[in-house]
Amino acid sequence: MKFHTRRPIALAAIILTASAALTACGSDDDGGDSGSSGGDGGSLSMTMLPKNLGNPYFDTSTAGAEAAAEELGAEIEEVGPETASPDAQVSYINTVAQQGKDALILSANDPEALCDAIEEARSADVKVITFDADTNPECRDLFINQATAEGIAAKQLELISEQIGGEGEIAILSAAANATNQNAWIDMMETELADNPDYANIELVDTVYGDDDDQKSFDQTEALLQNHPDLKGIISPTTVGIAAAARYLSDSSSKGKVALTGLGTPNQMREYVENGTVESFALWNPGDLGALAAYAAAALANGDISGEEGDSFEAGDLGEFEVGADGVVLLGEPFTFDADNIGDFDF
Amino acid sequence: MSRTYADYSAPLWKRWLLTREMAVIALTVAVFVYATINVDNFDGPLTVKFLLQDIAPILLIALPMTLIIITGEIDLSVASIMGLSSVLLGVFHDSGMSIPAAAALALMAGLACGALNGFLIAYVGLPSLAVTIGTLALFRGIAVGLLGTTAITEFTDSWADLATDTIGETRIPLVMIPFAVLTVAFVVLLHFSTFGRGIYEIGLNDEAAHFTGVNVARTKFILFVLSGVVSAFAGIYFTLRYGSARGDNATGYELQVIAAVLLGGVSIFGGRGRLHGVLAGVVLIGVISSALRLESVTVNVTNIIVGLLLVASVILPSVLAWTSSRLPRKASTPRESSPTQNAASAGV
Repeated sequence: MKFHTRRPIALAAIILTASAALTACGSDDDGGDSGSSGGDGGSLSMTMLPKNLGNPYFDTSTAGAEAAAEELGAEIEEVGPETASPDAQVSYINTVAQQGKDALILSANDPEALCDAIEEARSADVKVITFDADTNPECRDLFINQATAEGIAAKQLELISEQIGGEGEIAILSAAANATNQNAWIDMMETELADNPDYANIELVDTVYGDDDDQKSFDQTEALLQNHPDLKGIISPTTVGIAAAARYLSDSSSKGKVALTGLGTPNQMREYVENGTVESFALWNPGDLGALAAYAAAALANGDISGEEGDSFEAGDLGEFEVGADGVVLLGEPFTFDADNIGDFDF
Repeated sequence: MSRTYADYSAPLWKRWLLTREMAVIALTVAVFVYATINVDNFDGPLTVKFLLQDIAPILLIALPMTLIIITGEIDLSVASIMGLSSVLLGVFHDSGMSIPAAAALALMAGLACGALNGFLIAYVGLPSLAVTIGTLALFRGIAVGLLGTTAITEFTDSWADLATDTIGETRIPLVMIPFAVLTVAFVVLLHFSTFGRGIYEIGLNDEAAHFTGVNVARTKFILFVLSGVVSAFAGIYFTLRYGSARGDNATGYELQVIAAVLLGGVSIFGGRGRLHGVLAGVVLIGVISSALRLESVTVNVTNIIVGLLLVASVILPSVLAWTSSRLPRKASTPRESSPTQNAASAGV
């Protein structure tokens, strides 16, 4: 008989441990009780689902969304997978459907794969807003687009023209030769250079490809400067390229003589802006993007807009926005980072 | 199967109820009830469906994995086989093949992967840990190599729906039907066949098993082939459910499967474990994850809790056995059975 006594003890001990663990977690978590109320008259409840957690870019967009939610008196919580894969996001979308939240704001890891789960959430009356990375337009209610290709192309030309005083030779340091986005931007920049009288004295002398590889971009920058001794400026419409070019320039005699701009992230470029290698560069502001997504989500969930083309809504300090074709809301022109504002960003 | 004299002397109901497996089942029920009462929306209509859809691949692969671990071996390549079958399904379908034809080829690939593992382990005699660490990297490498960083996301809707639909008006996903069939097959194989008794014997002592007439190599080979095929099937389900064939699909699932198998009371040293405990272990982890997600607890915390539970489930029985062996014996205990008791205590 006596042997059996340890079995029930083991059973009881396991149950106790686990229930203690569960209870502890349940009570530790203040946000936990928010879910159920949802649309039942209380404040709006929203969930923010970035591509993955621990990514400074998305930390910034979530902070923007949280600030907007606070102003709206809405509740928002961020959840997300550790790695940016679509299957990991599906569980979180399912959870939002279970919780019956008012809105889900997500950056999609796959345009197609999430659609079934999103459809299920929408049939549970969750408004679904994508930002940063869209799904197929028919899957979601709205997409908050950070920038258009035209806007990105125009912004970079504007910056380089400003920095070289409107005349001289420039070159482009791109990613891979077949990179779709970069090629579209380069095409638009070439057309704009040819057509816009403001840029009549600027000559594009070369386009080179660093393949989004740090070392190769570095070498290509060196080659550009050797092959074109009169070069006044470089545009690098890729975050890898601009950082590598800045690293080369900051240690070379061309520092301060050859201007550099393009698309970069503040954390990669901070050093070069602070030491004077780079005057300014562009990207969108993920904080504004997150905030706009939260305002759009609230407008949809409150029934202020239905998401049709032409609907317009207020987005706090960001101003008024209108829904465009395919349910797309455009944040606006790319944001310019320079020595004055770079300290405000951490991504 | 360190059954003791006392286990056999106890009444049948006690032998059934007071086991490690029943403890896991009781804990699963307890956590489920706790979550239903205390976690908002856990009692909602979608919970059971999403829960079963989430754990289906783990449930499926846990079946062959249990048998493999009972023989004292391990298969770490299961998630890579899932990834490979996922990619093959996508690539073949993308090239114009119908889903059933592409799925059949993906299953064949799973069979080939399992056969390679089985051949190296059973007939060449290499340790399964080393072999399947190698093939974990090999199969994953092929999968990622085939598709690169791209994904194939166009699948025939009627087939994709099969992976997410439920049985009639119930909340049970359709995938539970093939799972139920496989479960019956594996229960019969493990618990009601000579092949299954051979599996336990191999786990306890494979040399002794060999001399009692068990074909050790063939048994192991068959188990790894089964594991390959079932993993490929899980990969196909995974692909259709998420509508996405990617080289990195299901990365890390092997550890979830093994954690559940161990939690379910299977000894990592082989020779001990039962399928109902394992299935309860999978459901337990699924219920905990689902409840914690509803409470917006981050994945890291969920991992910590599951990890602690696993460690506790491994340590507790040993600690209790150790303490009970230290306690003074009751006078009623027959003196001559003492050595058996000590051996039994140490084994539990």
